Amino acid sequence: MKYMMFVCSDTEPDTSTAEWPDIEVWVSENDARGRRLEGSKLAAVSAATTVRVRNGELLVSDGPFAETKEVIVGFDLLECADLDEAIEVARAHPMAWGGRLELRPLVDL
Amino acid sequence: MSDSPAVAAAVVAAGKDAYARIVAALIRVTGDWTLAEDCAQEALALALQRWPGEGVPGNPGGWLMTVARNRAIDVLRRASVERRKLAELAILADLGPAPGEADVVDDRLRLIFTCCHPALALEARVALTLRTIGGVPTADIARAFLVSESAMTRRLTRAKTKIADAGIPYRVPTGPALAERLPGVLAVLYLLFTHGYNPDGRPAFADEAIRLARLLRELMPGQSEVSALLALFLFQHSRRDARRDEHGNLLTLDKQDRLRWDRAAIAEAVEILATAREDGPYALQARIAACHATADATDWPAIALLYDRLARIQPSPVIELNRAVAHGYAHGPAAGLALLAQARAGGALDGYPLAIAVEADLTARHGDPTRAAALFRQAAAVAPSDSERRALLDRADESRRPPSGGAS
Repeated sequence: MKYMMFVCSDTEPDTSTAEWPDIEVWVSENDARGRRLEGSKLAAVSAATTVRVRNGELLVSDGPFAETKEVIVGFDLLECADLDEAIEVARAHPMAWGGRLELRPLVDL
Repeated sequence: MSDSPAVAAAVVAAGKDAYARIVAALIRVTGDWTLAEDCAQEALALALQRWPGEGVPGNPGGWLMTVARNRAIDVLRRASVERRKLAELAILADLGPAPGEADVVDDRLRLIFTCCHPALALEARVALTLRTIGGVPTADIARAFLVSESAMTRRLTRAKTKIADAGIPYRVPTGPALAERLPGVLAVLYLLFTHGYNPDGRPAFADEAIRLARLLRELMPGQSEVSALLALFLFQHSRRDARRDEHGNLLTLDKQDRLRWDRAAIAEAVEILATAREDGPYALQARIAACHATADATDWPAIALLYDRLARIQPSPVIELNRAVAHGYAHGPAAGLALLAQARAGGALDGYPLAIAVEADLTARHGDPTRAAALFRQAAAVAPSDSERRALLDRADESRRPPSGGAS
C-alpha cells in the first residue's frame, strides 16, 4: 500500500533526553529498502500560495488556507505492506520526536 | 422431540464458544468483516430453527462453522470472487485445532489485536471488540454506552472501513511490537469491564470482559499481565452482589457484607494471580485487590507498599490519591494528608469529588470534625450520583456528632 506521510511541526516536541534519529540515515535506509518512493522538505508557509476558482473567477491569495501553529513542513511517499509497517517507518523519523507525522493511505483507483 | 428451551440454551452455549472462531476465520479468508458477522449470525439463526426438530448435533461448533462457511461461499460465489478465496473457504477446517496446527496463530487472537489496534478510536475499539469477538448485539452496546443504535452502527462501520482503508493488518504483532501492543489490548478489556452500564447501574459487560480475558489467557498462556488482569476482574467481580445496600446506595469495602462476596471467584483469582510472576501494573492492582478480598483484617502497610510500586511504574493522579488513602490507614492520617497534598500539586485532582472525600475522611480521623464536616458537604455538592451524595452528607452529619461512646 502507498501512504502519504505528512511531516508536521508541533508546538510540543519531545523533551526527554533521548537522542533523535538522524534524517540522513532514515532517508538512505528507507530508499534502499524501497519503502520511500519520494519525499521532500517544503519551503516555509510564508512562501505558500492558495488558488481557488469561484464562479469561474480565479482567486489567488497569499499564505496557507488555514492559519495554524502546526503546519506541514514536508512529505514522504511510502510503500509499505500495511499500516503497522508504515508506523514502524514513521517512528524512526526524527520528526516523530520533534513534530508529528500523519499517515494517509492513497486511494487505489 | 427436543425440549425447546434446552435447545435454545444449547444454541447460546455453542454460539458463545464458536462465534469468535467463526468470525475470526471468515475475516482471515475473506477480509470482509460484515460478511463474516452476518454469516455467523445466520448460522446461529439456522441452529435455532433446525436443532429443535433434528436434535443438537454432536459437534455444535463444527455444525455452526460449516453452515457459516457455506453461507459465505454462496454469497461470494454470487459476487463471483476470485477462485483462491473460495478454495480457501472450502477447506476451512471445522472447529478445533487441526493436526500439526499447534504453532499456527489462532484466528481469534488476530481478531483481538486488530479490534484493539491503536489506530482506531478508543470507543471504536471497545465497541468492535464487543461486537465481533463477543457477538454482543449492536443495540445492547449502544444502550450501555448511551448512544442510539444507529450511531453505534455508524461507529462500527467507520471502524471497519478504517481497518480496510488504512491497511490495518489482520495479524498478531511479534517481537518487541507485541510487548508494545499488548497493554493496549488489556486496556480495552479493562474499559469494557468498567464502562458501560445497564439501566440498574450495574456494569453491562463485566461477564463479557471476564470471558474475553479467559480467552486471551488461553491464547497467550505465558503473558503475566493477562493472568493478572483476569485475576483483577475476578476479585472486583466477586463483590458485585455486596456493592450496594437495599436502597441501591454504594457501600465502601468496610461496610460490605463479606458473606455476600463470591468465595469461588476469589479462590480462582488467588490461584490465577499466583501464576502472574512479573510486577506489571495489573499484577500490582490485583495484589492490592487480593489484600482487600482475602484478609479478615486488611493489611494496610502491605497495600501502601504495593501502591508505592504502582505509583512508580504507572504514575497517575488517581493512583497517587489511592496511595494517600492506603498510607492514611497504614501510617496514620497525617501521612495520608501529606501524600494527598503531593498528589494534588499541580491541580491534577481539582474538582475531583473523591479527592475531597478522601481529604474529609483523613481530616476527620486527624481530629478536626468541623473542617471534616465542611469538606464532606463540599464533596457531596460535586458528587456524580444521588447515592454517593447521600453517603457523603451522612458522613458530614456523623463528623459533627461526637463519636459514640465518647464523653457527652
